[in-house]
Amino acid sequence: MKVLVPVKRVVDYNVKVRVKSDGTGVELANVKMSMNPFDEIAVEEALRLKEAGKATEVVVVSIGPAQASETIRTGLAMGADRGILVKAEGNVEPLAVAKILKAVVEAEQPGLVILGKQAIDDDSNQTGQMLAALLGWSQATFASKLEVEGSDFKVTREVDGGLQTIKLKGPAIVTTDLRLNEPRYASLPNIMKAKKKPIDDKSASDYGVDLTPRLEVLKTAEPAGRKAGVKVKDVAELVNKLKTEAGVL
Amino acid sequence: MTTLLIAEHDHETLKDSTNKALTAASQLGGDVHVLVAGGGQGTKAAAEAAAKLAGVAKVLVAEGPAYEHDLAEPLAALIVALAPNYDAFVAPATSRFKNVMPRVAALLDVMQVSEIIKVVAPDTYERPIYAGNAIQTVKSKDAKKVITVRTSTFAAAGEGGSAAIENAASAADPGLSTFVGEEVAKSDRPELTSAKIIVSGGRAMQSRENFAKYIEPLADKLGAGVGASRAAVDAGYAPNDWQVGQTGKVVAPELYVAIGISGAIQHLAGMKDSKVIVAINKDEDAPIFQVADYGLVADLYQAVPELTEALGKLGK
Repeated sequence: MKVLVPVKRVVDYNVKVRVKSDGTGVELANVKMSMNPFDEIAVEEALRLKEAGKATEVVVVSIGPAQASETIRTGLAMGADRGILVKAEGNVEPLAVAKILKAVVEAEQPGLVILGKQAIDDDSNQTGQMLAALLGWSQATFASKLEVEGSDFKVTREVDGGLQTIKLKGPAIVTTDLRLNEPRYASLPNIMKAKKKPIDDKSASDYGVDLTPRLEVLKTAEPAGRKAGVKVKDVAELVNKLKTEAGVL
Repeated sequence: MTTLLIAEHDHETLKDSTNKALTAASQLGGDVHVLVAGGGQGTKAAAEAAAKLAGVAKVLVAEGPAYEHDLAEPLAALIVALAPNYDAFVAPATSRFKNVMPRVAALLDVMQVSEIIKVVAPDTYERPIYAGNAIQTVKSKDAKKVITVRTSTFAAAGEGGSAAIENAASAADPGLSTFVGEEVAKSDRPELTSAKIIVSGGRAMQSRENFAKYIEPLADKLGAGVGASRAAVDAGYAPNDWQVGQTGKVVAPELYVAIGISGAIQHLAGMKDSKVIVAINKDEDAPIFQVADYGLVADLYQAVPELTEALGKLGK
């Protein structure tokens, strides 16, 4: 079974993003970029399936600017076999990403696609579900455990109130939650090896997908600020303030 | 225009998140119909509760085993079957609808707008990006709208309606997934997303036992829900559904008490809209103090039992 793992290049999770003063977006110049953390978990899970003999090949695919090849290299350094870069400039919405991925899936014929549950830049949480819809495949979002059962899958999902386990008819789409695994760090020899692994260069137009955004971004603004309050000296003062000043007790 | 609101319920009672999403749905300006899809007898009771909400014009009920366990494929197929009659589809951004709605959107060839916090105009909404560090105003150019609603920012719609209840047209179950089992914690405490007070613990709690010994008695004294930071959940000190933050639950209670939580951006994203925030942490430079209304620099193992006791004396 081949496993396809889509990965996204995003602003590193440690960066405090700043909104541009003209309201056109957030500052992306000279900002550290990394693989979306949920996608790292997806790559890790695919590699574990391969190491357990359940998967034969792990292919990472990224849709974005030329620099997204660095994100693919990160996946290859972790241990993926090869990469596909689909070049697309500007803001590509989840629906368009899902349409491109559908075409990639049709060409590659994987038995399983593992995606991050959301990208930490736009926080949309849509691409996996949309890809499943377009392919007519089964889906399990927010996975905390994944088991292969022949060509089918058993997935435990993090849901409101606890955990749910479902069985998926393969081929299937799985999106990762935080507790699925802890991604490995790429070792130096593997980083060197990754440089020789193949990356296919494609562009969105190869797949005939219209990238015109459906959502027009009118503006991007700072959230309403919240000021630091006061420090209280002890529990008695805290209780007193909560009772008399805040009125929440 | 007519909007279909998909109701959140636990197959017995209607959830508060439905009332909140109804407020957003009503702001779109058209008639609002509510779809209650579920398995078993409880579905009818949830539908009757939905019919009583102010601003609901009609309730559609779909009852059947395919809807019993919130599987994405049959529920999405049902909503898509109803789609020709509707211009907008609204649901609370709970785990159930985060799962289902993008599937609906793609089947309708619509770009979903996730977790809106404000309706600016029927086609224009505000939504947070980058863990709430920026707010985007977006206008949807799609003919039909698919929207999920961050419930912490909308007031709950009250009762006062008497809508007709009809059976929804049925849709075939694609039969792609099946339910195996679930582990759902039964608790008498209020749910995080509707709790008026929340007490949360962080990595400094050091163990699940300490959550039970320090956090839970304080929560029970306050009648509060219990939350946790990602670090605490990752370390196994608290179950996953307690997680408050960018990728967990987003809450906005009257009072949020953060104990031993440093205040990573990802955690603040889930609670900074709370009305009053209290932080107890022994590190006076912890970022949590930058958003706290009342900060107490103290060892939580002393301060929390003291606080619990002081509240007891207040008759709490």
